[in-house]
Amino acid sequence: MAIDRRRFLRNGLLVGSTVITSPWVFQTGAQAAGEIKVGVLFSLTGGLSIIEKSLHDATMMAISEINASGGVKGMKIVAIAEDGASDPKTYNEKASKLVIQDKVPTVFGSYTSASRKAVLPVFEKRNNLYFYPTYYEGFECSKNVVYTGAVPNQQLSNFIPWIIKTLGKKKFFIVGSNYIYPREMAKVSKILIEKNGGEWIADEYLELGHSEWGSMVNKIKGSGCDVVLSNVVGDSVVAFYREYKNQGLTHDKLPICATVTSEIEIAAMGAEYAVGSYTSFPYFQAIDTDINKAFVERYRAFVKDPKAVTHHALESSYFQVFLWKQAAEKAAEITPVAIREAVKGQEFDAPNGHVKIDPDNLHTYLTPRIAQWLPDGQGKIIDAYKEPTIPLPYVAYGETPTNLFCTSKGLETAKLNKT
Amino acid sequence: MLEVLFIGLSLGSILLLVALGLAITYGAMGVINMAHGEMVMIGAYVTVLSGIWLGTNIFVAIPLAFIVTALLGLLIERVVVRRLYGRLLDTLLATWGIAILIQQAVRLEFGLSFFGIHIQGLGPGLQNVSVPEYLQGTISIGGADINRYRLFIIVVTAILALATWFIIYRTIMGTQVRAIIRNPKMAAACGIDVTRVNALTFALGSGLAGVAGVMMSGFKTVFPDMGTPMVVDGFLVVVMGGVGSLLGSVFSAGILGEINGLVAAATNDILARAVVFGVVIAIIILKPKGLFALKGR
Repeated sequence: MAIDRRRFLRNGLLVGSTVITSPWVFQTGAQAAGEIKVGVLFSLTGGLSIIEKSLHDATMMAISEINASGGVKGMKIVAIAEDGASDPKTYNEKASKLVIQDKVPTVFGSYTSASRKAVLPVFEKRNNLYFYPTYYEGFECSKNVVYTGAVPNQQLSNFIPWIIKTLGKKKFFIVGSNYIYPREMAKVSKILIEKNGGEWIADEYLELGHSEWGSMVNKIKGSGCDVVLSNVVGDSVVAFYREYKNQGLTHDKLPICATVTSEIEIAAMGAEYAVGSYTSFPYFQAIDTDINKAFVERYRAFVKDPKAVTHHALESSYFQVFLWKQAAEKAAEITPVAIREAVKGQEFDAPNGHVKIDPDNLHTYLTPRIAQWLPDGQGKIIDAYKEPTIPLPYVAYGETPTNLFCTSKGLETAKLNKT
Repeated sequence: MLEVLFIGLSLGSILLLVALGLAITYGAMGVINMAHGEMVMIGAYVTVLSGIWLGTNIFVAIPLAFIVTALLGLLIERVVVRRLYGRLLDTLLATWGIAILIQQAVRLEFGLSFFGIHIQGLGPGLQNVSVPEYLQGTISIGGADINRYRLFIIVVTAILALATWFIIYRTIMGTQVRAIIRNPKMAAACGIDVTRVNALTFALGSGLAGVAGVMMSGFKTVFPDMGTPMVVDGFLVVVMGGVGSLLGSVFSAGILGEINGLVAAATNDILARAVVFGVVIAIIILKPKGLFALKGR
């Protein structure tokens, strides 16, 4: 094609004038014209990469979907992915790098509480913004973190009464991995068990990552309990359920009711070991809605694995990017503070249903659900709240919907000390 | 009480299963093989892969895993360990490096994941091994409910321990191995092909680890990092039993297993683990060469 000289000149002039007028746009640090940089910080190596890689993938998928549909106010999202290497110290370094060097206005990341606590000082000191997708133990009220996973009341406040009233089980054996999440979950459980007229006869812990369950299961067998409440985390779950069946315990007589066992662990242990047991989560892959089925299909295509499973933290990793996008569009400018103010009260139709960010504590309204595991490794949802329930990160210390401890002003420590 | 003792026995058999191979590579050859845990892991993955791609069960995986890990062990010995005999700390570093290489190879699916190719059964995730129905659940022996899979492990461990004993004490190769343990130079002077015997011994130790991996895959989680904690327990057993003594390993595995089981039943698993470490420390202080040290001049 011959170049028309006149058009060439005109185009040249246009390009020239853009270059002359544009330096202001190019020079505003991270926000080059037409793009927004965000940090994505999950462990891609090390022991936790098993789970965290899937959270990373879900985040990337959400970003690519937003970009495909026009980005944020026409700006493309550019993800800067870093590897937390399953190590809190590395997490802290990588978070500093993203916030200080890359000047991103938001980072999406973390699976464990340990890694969140490690990066928290970075975000609070620099007044930046962190989106955390995992269910966790509560007891945190940061103005620089948006929490999109469940807190204890969203996993237990429906679960314990349901176990006592519907299953008719009253004697609880509480078992967990030995760190903060299972211990806080046990604390909330005990309050709820006593309030609902049940009793707990043991509260036992095993090291994180421990896979020798012989003695513990034998103890459960001899304890006289009629239900086991499991807060066991990670690869220990697989060994636990296998030992449970291998010592002759069955879920129809003595069911395991779990708060962490998800589709991933079920697939790894073999569904036959979990059939009939229960888990409480706001999201299951089996949720029977078109929006969720489409989500599962898209995720499988995105990771090129036709058998990939989706789970609660993965789904939160996905929808929190959309909540962020809505906030970034509403915000007057792309700064961490403006986005945080704009994210308050944001609502979105996620695969698990309608979600909303609480304007006070920046946690998320989610719909608690209970599923019973089927032979195909999927949960059958047998109980669900009719609507999303309010997140109460301090429920173990007496927080109620009418008496919030964590408000937009910060944590009211006076209330905490009373209990 | 019978059940508690059985669990202790089972814990001991699992310790011994991992320690058997180490007793040979570390005990006999003086190589601190940090890649031993990865051999266990490879054995477990052989079970996963043969289940997926060949449709075979755990029994077929046992000889298969033995062959695969023994060949891998032979390769490692030929390429790396051979050059490091007599340099204890160097073997530690080199085999640790090999361990990381093997882990990453499995995690990255031998590099194929960079090209977007996914092999079912490999990768960073948790893998599933299905166990035949008749190895699940319990059987009743003497009024106690005995865990079938654990019983199966005890039987396999006993067979392997006997086979190892037979190889080391009743075959010509075993006699040569024992000669090399006592004095490699004198053994060589008597016409023993030390390099060849060492290579075969290392392969045997690795192969035993592979079989341990098959057994582990049936009740623990299979993932790339699974071997690392096991190798620590394995070293505890070998060091406490006495380097170079098969009988020592058998006894120390049994003692540690029962201590772990009894303390865990009386208190909890976390304390039991601490007590086990305490016992090992005490024994190393009192008998630095272990319970059944070789007597030599």
